[in-house]
Amino acid sequence: MGKIVTIAVKEVRHILRDRRSLFIALMMPVLMTLLYGYAVNLDINNIKLAVLDYDNSSESRELINRFYHSGYFIQSQSRPELSDPEKVLKLTDAIAVMIIRPGFSKAVIDRSEFQVGMLIDGADANMSSAASSYSAVIFNQFLISQMPPETVIPGVTLSLQVLYNPDLKSSHFFVPGLVAVILMMISALLTSITIAREKETGTMEQLLTSPVTPRQIIMGKVIPYIGLAILDGVFVYVFAVWHFGVPMIGSAVLLLIIGVIYIIASLSLGVLISTLVNTQQLAMMAALTATMLPSVMLSGFIFEIKNMPAVLQVITHAIPARYFIQVIRGIMLKGAGLEVLWPQAVALMIITLILLGLAAKKFKIKIG
Amino acid sequence: MNAAVVVNNLTKKFGDFTAVDSISLKVETGEIFGFLGANGAGKTTAIRMLCGLLLPTSGDGIVAGHDIIKENEKIKSSIGYMSQKFSLYPDLTGKENLVFYGSLYGLFGDRLKVRIESVSELLSLGEFIDRPAGSLPVGWRQRLALGAAILHEPKILFLDEPTGGVDPVFRRRFWETLYKLADKGTTLFVTTHYMDEAEFCRRISIMHRGRIIELGTPGDIIKKYNQPNLQETFISLILASDNNG
Repeated sequence: MGKIVTIAVKEVRHILRDRRSLFIALMMPVLMTLLYGYAVNLDINNIKLAVLDYDNSSESRELINRFYHSGYFIQSQSRPELSDPEKVLKLTDAIAVMIIRPGFSKAVIDRSEFQVGMLIDGADANMSSAASSYSAVIFNQFLISQMPPETVIPGVTLSLQVLYNPDLKSSHFFVPGLVAVILMMISALLTSITIAREKETGTMEQLLTSPVTPRQIIMGKVIPYIGLAILDGVFVYVFAVWHFGVPMIGSAVLLLIIGVIYIIASLSLGVLISTLVNTQQLAMMAALTATMLPSVMLSGFIFEIKNMPAVLQVITHAIPARYFIQVIRGIMLKGAGLEVLWPQAVALMIITLILLGLAAKKFKIKIG
Repeated sequence: MNAAVVVNNLTKKFGDFTAVDSISLKVETGEIFGFLGANGAGKTTAIRMLCGLLLPTSGDGIVAGHDIIKENEKIKSSIGYMSQKFSLYPDLTGKENLVFYGSLYGLFGDRLKVRIESVSELLSLGEFIDRPAGSLPVGWRQRLALGAAILHEPKILFLDEPTGGVDPVFRRRFWETLYKLADKGTTLFVTTHYMDEAEFCRRISIMHRGRIIELGTPGDIIKKYNQPNLQETFISLILASDNNG
């Protein structure tokens, strides 16, 4: 135990003396959160809409107003000389064109059959599907507003409601996932580099000739990084809540506990990587490749796991970030507790134990 | 039995390659033993087995009274090891390095303080002890590394090319220190490429392609091959061995 503390104290000295690396270790997560938080934004708004209003009534103007004030649509470039909606789509920056033929206001008042045209540019599939569903909603809201208060609408109506992320903000969805990606990356990167450095400079050999066991060396070197990773996690978390307004409905304590398990899994992966390489540079590249890609692509961070090919779906079970992303989203957005998240917590623990065991075993053999 | 190191038919194979091929030797307590050989002769592999870093493929041995196969962890407390690489932490000061290594060997408190003072006096570390180890000139770094290796007063000190890249004056002083240690009863097991250093040793072995091809006092070996000095003896031995096969 004393020797683990000795090694940990030495490691803390290394961390504190290397100001540049410390700065990077603390700032990189925040910068990444900012970048990802804004760049990976799947919210679709500011859809450019052109309107050809041939009815020119108070009703038509009311409908147009509703579109432009919805927050989803903005006015496209104005080219009044164009009257063919297809040409408007082609020649201006408009993504959608609404055509209101004469007789619209009369039809609204008479409740007679009438069609308002909506032409949407399908080149960007996400954008066009968003445009069509937004416009359907806005149109229905308009119709309801035009009905006299005492009207009883016969039959079944669809009441669509979005749960958990009612604003449908993708930052609420992404930023918690980011915590998982960043923690995995930073933890694996820092530990694999610090161990590879001792191998590269020859101090590892010196350590192993002294009466310390490989297990004590790993523990001593890794423990300070648990602290650093928790600090990083808290940074990103605070940033997520304050800057991106991500709600925190569930228990912060539960998140912290499962977070520490996840961090240990990530650190073990770093140790495992460092047993396979002998230089810091290789360690860095291996750690980034082994964490970044799987944690971003195969964890459900951006792409839904259930939409993946079956083979990939199987692989995702081995990715720790998959479970932690479900945990952090569950806790922050839904307020889920252990009664819901226990399978993820158990899976994380199993992965952590496997990685830790592999790392300890590999470390022993490799130095022989 | 007061031999510090005894090995019998020690062999280490890495796959098909035999790095150390059935070597046997005995080093007395307090002896300065020179472990010579060309690059790649298997010296470092042999030393690693003696230090308990590596398990032999076959053969056996006893170092500082402990079996190198069954008690390799016990050996570590009784020996000091100074490698050819600079094995201190460049961002820590000399003193921090010494405190760190001392603690690993179970030294702490007053005992650690006394040992650091005594080592720093023996090696005349002076004010260099408070500077980051990475900023020290090579000669001082090597002294500091020696200091870290002898802090716990090991019975046997293994030195793997300890004076590489150091100027002649530093080397001479370094050997004076080694003599002082030997006088106090420390056994020294040294590898080197400098033949003048080898002549400081009481006995030497010459290793080639994993085998010990000669073992004895420098004087006896020079006489046996009728050469003017150890340098010529070493070269002719290696060349002759290469020609034979």
